[in-house]
Amino acid sequence: MENEVKLAAGAMVTLGVATAALVVLPYIQVRDVKAPEGLKPYTSAELRGRAVYIANGCMYCHSQQPRDRSFGPDAERGWGRASVPGDYVYDRPHLLGSMRTGPDLLNIGVRQPSKDWQLGHLYQPRAYVPGSIMPAYPYLFELKDAAEPGDEAVQLPPGHSPQGKVVVALPQTLDLVKYLQALDRSYPVLPPEPRQAAGPAAPGAAAPPASSPAPAPGARTAPSS
Amino acid sequence: MDSAVISLLGAFLLSLIGLFVFIWSMRKGLLVENPRAASVIFAPGEIGRTDDPALAGAGRAGLQAAAAEAGDSEHPPDPAEMAQRIEADRSSAFPVFMFIAFACLWLLLGSAAGLTASLKLHLPDWLVGEAWQTFGRVRTMHLTAVLYGWITNAALGVIIWLLPRLLRTPLVGAMWVMLGGALINTAIASAIGAIGAGWTDGMEYLEMPWQIGLFFVAGMVCIIGPVLYTLVNRKVESLYVSVWYHVAALLWITLLFLVAKLPGVHFGVQQATTNWWYGHNVLGLWFTPVSVGAIYYFLPKIIARPVRSYNLSILGFWTLAFFYGQVGGHHLVGGPVPGWLVTLSIVQSMMMIIPVAAFTINMAGTMWGRMHLARWSPTLRFMMFGGFMYMLSSLQGSFEALRSINQITHFTHFTVAHAHLGAYGFVTMVLFGAIYFMLPRVLHWEWPYPRLISLQFWLAAIGIGIYFVGLSIGGWLQGEYMLDASKPFMDSVAVTIPWLQWRSVGGALMVASHLVFVGHFLAMALRFGPERVGAALFSAQPKAVELVHGE
Repeated sequence: MENEVKLAAGAMVTLGVATAALVVLPYIQVRDVKAPEGLKPYTSAELRGRAVYIANGCMYCHSQQPRDRSFGPDAERGWGRASVPGDYVYDRPHLLGSMRTGPDLLNIGVRQPSKDWQLGHLYQPRAYVPGSIMPAYPYLFELKDAAEPGDEAVQLPPGHSPQGKVVVALPQTLDLVKYLQALDRSYPVLPPEPRQAAGPAAPGAAAPPASSPAPAPGARTAPSS
Repeated sequence: MDSAVISLLGAFLLSLIGLFVFIWSMRKGLLVENPRAASVIFAPGEIGRTDDPALAGAGRAGLQAAAAEAGDSEHPPDPAEMAQRIEADRSSAFPVFMFIAFACLWLLLGSAAGLTASLKLHLPDWLVGEAWQTFGRVRTMHLTAVLYGWITNAALGVIIWLLPRLLRTPLVGAMWVMLGGALINTAIASAIGAIGAGWTDGMEYLEMPWQIGLFFVAGMVCIIGPVLYTLVNRKVESLYVSVWYHVAALLWITLLFLVAKLPGVHFGVQQATTNWWYGHNVLGLWFTPVSVGAIYYFLPKIIARPVRSYNLSILGFWTLAFFYGQVGGHHLVGGPVPGWLVTLSIVQSMMMIIPVAAFTINMAGTMWGRMHLARWSPTLRFMMFGGFMYMLSSLQGSFEALRSINQITHFTHFTVAHAHLGAYGFVTMVLFGAIYFMLPRVLHWEWPYPRLISLQFWLAAIGIGIYFVGLSIGGWLQGEYMLDASKPFMDSVAVTIPWLQWRSVGGALMVASHLVFVGHFLAMALRFGPERVGAALFSAQPKAVELVHGE
């Protein structure tokens, strides 16, 4: 092995093959995916809330990708139908996540629409879910002697309010809750179109997308944990 | 259903091809020893002369006596080649010291952040007052500090030190390499600060904001330039396998980072596949080739015997290059990504058994009957531990990619344990060993307290052992509980708590080992300690140390 040109060229070819398979082909395949009818673009408040979600690293414990029944009881837990590429059209960056230290959140807005619950749970998760290991986020709130006009005072379960103080949510916290409430992919999606199912020429390309979408399951009101 | 059939068929076909390559290679004599190419790392007359600069006088004599075999040459090594090697070492000493010093800094910082994050998982109300202290940020600072700060700096140090040696050519443009190192460490420091302040690109392994990433890429380019220039102007004809791994790894990581960070291109599901293409390749095409290349140099060099089969190592290189790049998709199994992509990644994960087997057979063949030398040489102990963990973590990774196992372990702490087996048990241990070997030559000073090397080894080895076993059990139980629809989700959290506590115990031991390591490094750099065999950095007599150790 004496040739450095062979080395560099070979290294580039193998990387090129990998890039084609994992970056370029998926790009071509999902480039033209349209947003489903039920999916609305995020509002600016929701986008600000999404930025708070990212800045505090929520995605390291919460996935946003309910899976098909053949993979696990995601639907039984009330996390929603298996997601499809169209559900993520407005997501930059993607927040699919890789851990479920906490539950999946792609449909948390359906499961737990209450603003008061979300705010209180962010302030002290263990006031709502005993045994939760989610961090408390006191820095997303302000302690005041009395709520001022326009303040969003948090209603906490008895025994969890600080003595003689009012817990007031910061503006970024309200945005975060708006984002969580907007996490709703419960609208029905159509099965993939034939063109998409055929897929581009690639190793094993004949397989359709792994998630065969099903109508949204009925269990929508399961208590969140 | 059909994707399962296709995955089986694909795996079957590819295995058949792999088998034919093996058969063909045997007919071509690819598996036969190629002693000439394997011996490039030795000067004429040097085979049989063990080399572990981390050892003091008595230990060195002991290692040499234990390694002696019939037929060893009595002649001293070729003085011309030794002079070339000293020249090469001198040319790289300053940049290497810089990389290692930065690596030590980030190792301490990163592992402290890691231990903090680990504790936070079972103490959720601890350190919650400030935004930068929250789990999501501390965890990410840990990742950035250890992956980019510790491993990348140490890996660059190893590459920059080994290349001039292996090419028998002084490093050209050391100043550019140091400029590159400064840029890279600027990027790392800025990225950690940015993440603490909540400015992040939000994708795993790619959190560093792309504006800061520009500095990282610029730094890598400043390093690749001199490396390629030195390569082209080399004095040896034959490129040793470590050069293959290291040069390719430098090119790979730079392109990977560049493509993954392109702003405004990636979105939605495609961004997720790109994310994991990068996330797995930063391990597979950067950390792994650097560490494997290091083992291919240091292990034979210490025991003074060439690797068993040089050609097998080349086969390992090309199969790693081809298969590893396409492995990342299995991180999205069950997710909203095209089925063929996950299947492709699972098949290639299984194919990764080939390079791992090539490496393992080769190393086992080289070490056969010589394992007892690890008793004498602490550096060898680190290398052997790392090599063994490479085999374990790679095999585990291959099987973990299978749908049936992935279904349980996906989304759980099991994956975290696996990642640490690879990044710590394998990569970090190899880098420790390499640093113990390199620094006496870089600083012209002995390690002042050799016993600390053994202490550090055992702290780190026991630490990662507890960490891996504990977290793997916890993660597996977590996965089984999550799949059981009759159990509430909170049960899958509760079941992990004791194992998360064990992880903190293991992590604390690892942090302790890092304190020992960095303390020892500081003592050496500041010229503490009882022994003094040579002069200081860039002295007039660099030969003194080389003669003591190398001849």
